[in-house]
Amino acid sequence: MGILIIVGLFVLGIGLGYILRKVIKESVVAKVTTMIIYLLLFVLGISVGGDEKVMNNLPTLGLNALIITAGAMLGSMIMAFLVYKLIQKLKRKREYEG
Amino acid sequence: MKGSLTIVCVFFIGVLLQFWVFGTGLIENETVNIFAKFLQNENLGYYTMLTLMFFVGVGMGCDTKALDALRHQSPIVMLVPIGTIVGTLLGSALITPLLNGVSLYDSLAVGSGFGYYSLSSITISQVKGAELGTIALVSNIMREILTLLLTPIFVKVFGKLAPIAAAGATSMDTTLPIISKFSGKEYAVLSIFHGIILTILVPIIVSFFVGL
Repeated sequence: MGILIIVGLFVLGIGLGYILRKVIKESVVAKVTTMIIYLLLFVLGISVGGDEKVMNNLPTLGLNALIITAGAMLGSMIMAFLVYKLIQKLKRKREYEG
Repeated sequence: MKGSLTIVCVFFIGVLLQFWVFGTGLIENETVNIFAKFLQNENLGYYTMLTLMFFVGVGMGCDTKALDALRHQSPIVMLVPIGTIVGTLLGSALITPLLNGVSLYDSLAVGSGFGYYSLSSITISQVKGAELGTIALVSNIMREILTLLLTPIFVKVFGKLAPIAAAGATSMDTTLPIISKFSGKEYAVLSIFHGIILTILVPIIVSFFVGL
């Protein structure tokens, strides 16, 4: 249920933004978005600073973050390598066929 | 929207203020305490996050430049962002056994930030708590920084599409200059297209894994 609300509001925003794209000032939307992001990240900071479990485990959290990043980046680059080979193959095929 | 040092600073100011000032009672400021308590209220944070989602959507919907970039692409080019998504999710899943106290779905939620650290860490922290939110923030910042630092190596080892995939959602702005320098200028348009697609998909994929 939670996911549907989050994604629903996001999609609704895209739809409304598209319909009203000639009326809406992008710079105003960007400013509002940035302000909310600052506010929520400040709040996240306060929650982290007040959470003993998190503050005492910062090295472990950092290591976990690094491992996920390494997995995500390596995985995506291996796929990028395969996609690169595939696209070159398709291009060559197209050249043969004229 | 993303890729700003200010964002990271705001987070650290919050951490340090709470840890050294408010939490220790160094300054007994009622107004500040009430303000902090007010902001940490679960419902308020959640509803603010929902408002953010809406505004991020509006921003994308009225971005005509992004729409143009999406329209003028051949279908074959879609393989690049699809590859990034599949590879990222596979990598984040397969690496889970090495993690200390992070479940498979949590690792997938963090990975599916694709470097868009502000939005992914906010969504994750509001639903899963400050601990995973911090992991998401640090992990996705690392993705951007590592791409900026290691792109020359990525191109040599995995080919010219590698830094675009590594950059994730940031391939449209912060990491674009380094990508077009080392993969070639002819990859800049593809890099922007890739970043736009991933930026649109981050809120959807992150919410999906956060909900599991």
